[in-house]
Amino acid sequence: MLKIENLHASVEDKEILKGINLEVKPGEVHAIMGPNGSGKSTLSSVIAGNEDFEITKGAIYYEGENIEELAPEERAHKGIFLSFQYPVEIPGVSVTNFMKTAINETRKARGMEEMRANEMLKQIREKAEMLDIDRKFLSRSLNEGFSGGEKKRNEIFQMAMLDPKLAILDETDSGLDIDALKIVANGVNRLKRADNAVVVITHYQRLLEYIVPDYVHVLLNGKIVKSGGKELALQLEEKGYDWIKQEHAV
Amino acid sequence: MAYTEEELKKELETKEYEYGFYTDIESDTLPVGLNEDIVRAISKKKNEPEWMTEWRLEAFRIWSEMVEPEWANVKYTKPDFQKISYYSAPKKKPQYDSLDEVDPELLDTFNKLGISLEEQKKLAGVAVDVVMDSVSVATTFKKTLAEKGIIFCSISEAIKEHPDLVKKYLGTVVPRTDNFYAALNSAVFSDGSFCYIPKGVRCPMELSTYFRINQAGTGQFERTLVIADKESYVSYLEGCTAPMRDENQLHAAVVELIALDDAEIKYSTVQNWFPGNKEGKGGVYNFVTKRGLCEKNSKISWTQVETGSAVTWKYPSCILKGDNSIGEFYSIAVTNNWQQADTGTKMIHLGKNTKSTIISKGISAGQSQNSYRGLVQINRRATNARNFSQCDSLLMGNKCGAHTFPYIEAKNKTAQIEHEATTSKIGEDQIFYCNQRGIDTEKAIALIVNGFSKEVLNKLPMEFAVEAQKLLEISLEGSVG
Repeated sequence: MLKIENLHASVEDKEILKGINLEVKPGEVHAIMGPNGSGKSTLSSVIAGNEDFEITKGAIYYEGENIEELAPEERAHKGIFLSFQYPVEIPGVSVTNFMKTAINETRKARGMEEMRANEMLKQIREKAEMLDIDRKFLSRSLNEGFSGGEKKRNEIFQMAMLDPKLAILDETDSGLDIDALKIVANGVNRLKRADNAVVVITHYQRLLEYIVPDYVHVLLNGKIVKSGGKELALQLEEKGYDWIKQEHAV
Repeated sequence: MAYTEEELKKELETKEYEYGFYTDIESDTLPVGLNEDIVRAISKKKNEPEWMTEWRLEAFRIWSEMVEPEWANVKYTKPDFQKISYYSAPKKKPQYDSLDEVDPELLDTFNKLGISLEEQKKLAGVAVDVVMDSVSVATTFKKTLAEKGIIFCSISEAIKEHPDLVKKYLGTVVPRTDNFYAALNSAVFSDGSFCYIPKGVRCPMELSTYFRINQAGTGQFERTLVIADKESYVSYLEGCTAPMRDENQLHAAVVELIALDDAEIKYSTVQNWFPGNKEGKGGVYNFVTKRGLCEKNSKISWTQVETGSAVTWKYPSCILKGDNSIGEFYSIAVTNNWQQADTGTKMIHLGKNTKSTIISKGISAGQSQNSYRGLVQINRRATNARNFSQCDSLLMGNKCGAHTFPYIEAKNKTAQIEHEATTSKIGEDQIFYCNQRGIDTEKAIALIVNGFSKEVLNKLPMEFAVEAQKLLEISLEGSVG
């Protein structure tokens, strides 16, 4: 589904990603862990197509296609979803209105008709219930005055509505208390199918107790330096990142 | 816009030749320049009574001694008032046999605005073959209005048919001495609308509906007078979301509203005159004086969506004379490319317990300059007056400007005045967020701008809110790239 080959990317001439290799297959859950500043968020931004970053070498293939030239919205139309670490506020635009626009723009790009209002409402009701979201919340301005937890829950709500093939969750656990974390993780798990994939980017092992990864990768200084199964996350939790840093002497 | 004013003008001229309109127009146009004889001639052509001619002449004398104001935050070449022709026969629009012959770009805009086919034809000047239909609709309206005793006609007709009302109220809210453009308008106004709602009557329809069907064209020097008698209510909408391609460069309108005791007037405007091209050439100068007078317990509410014109100078105001009267001003002003807008309001609190609300949303893009200028004045006798003002500016790109000039004068200690102002930019992070959800940049901007303007859009009559929303989108097309 996603294949990243020797990816180098820079922002303002500063190289952040220094040769990433990663392959994600349908049905898999991958976790990318690493200390602050290792390039985790850059990687998610580059996959989503943020133009602040420049790919200087290597390539990203999504379903066999090199997506370097695709605009962020085109990648979204093809089923790539990014749950933002810091979701932005859009005053005066309700969550419902935003969702409606996003869904219909995506459908339009796929040559489908607009979703009917009653179908939309049904979906909204279902997914809001799944994530334990109060319906009043849906008429509030997008992310405006939301608590950290509400913002993250709203991201997963959007993921549920858009039903992506590849979901990248960037630090979705930060700002969540344990109850909210369980609800969010439960939501992600219920959306999991054999034909979609999730990449969880996180600093801590905590979220991985609830969203269990098939693979764990450690990102350090712009490179994946270690990969393993879910037990790697536990090791990191226990020993921190220092032993890997030493191993790779950065 | 690929189509410039000049090209349009040229096309208009050739079409007129083609259909033999030219001589008609020629014979009905006064020579350029302005003097007492011209003012007399205008009045004569309109068959006005002597008192009206004198009223105009006095306005002309006042105007002759005034100078064009320069305090607004706008730059433009002053019009040469001696080079303008102050009277033309009712404008002959190009006549086409079907919509296929009309400029496709214009039609494209109509479609984006969701304007019905019939109305498109009317607006584009296509011979409407189903005239029967709109005539009958108009007749029904007229009948309904007449049954309620509502007078709604052109100001010229009112001068002849209802001289007492016109004499009593014309120039009482915006006196001829008020300002340069108001004086000019008073001397030479071509036409406009007159509306009188009798005591206790609630006007049963938005006067816009009627207006849009009957008065597609508006004049260069428009004069509007709306009188809501005691305990009456009227909602009035002027303008049109459809692009107005007018060859007149200078528009100086005057609107006077009078709300007698316990009456309410809701006055909404959508202004979309030609803004000039992307290089800042051409476009309309829109210098408008709008003011309402509130008697006891009455309310006047101004709502405006200003997207057009090269230069806008406009301050719809309320004089809160009666105790417990209420004034409201809701505004969205969009400037793109090289447009300049200096707009806002004046709330003059004279009576006790008077209240005013100002919500102004300025959106600037391109190299445009957008200024809010507002005065809140609480006079000595206005005990317990309250005002709330909120001025928000949204900037797109790095080359435009947003300015706020709030003036507050409080002469009574019991006054409560609140002023809030914010300035924000459409952030790249907001756009990327929308993009990531599958929303392209143009649509993302439209979404953000509509969210920003929501409080004001909500104040517009329903059917117009939707069109106004689309108009905002169209006005900002291509502003980010």
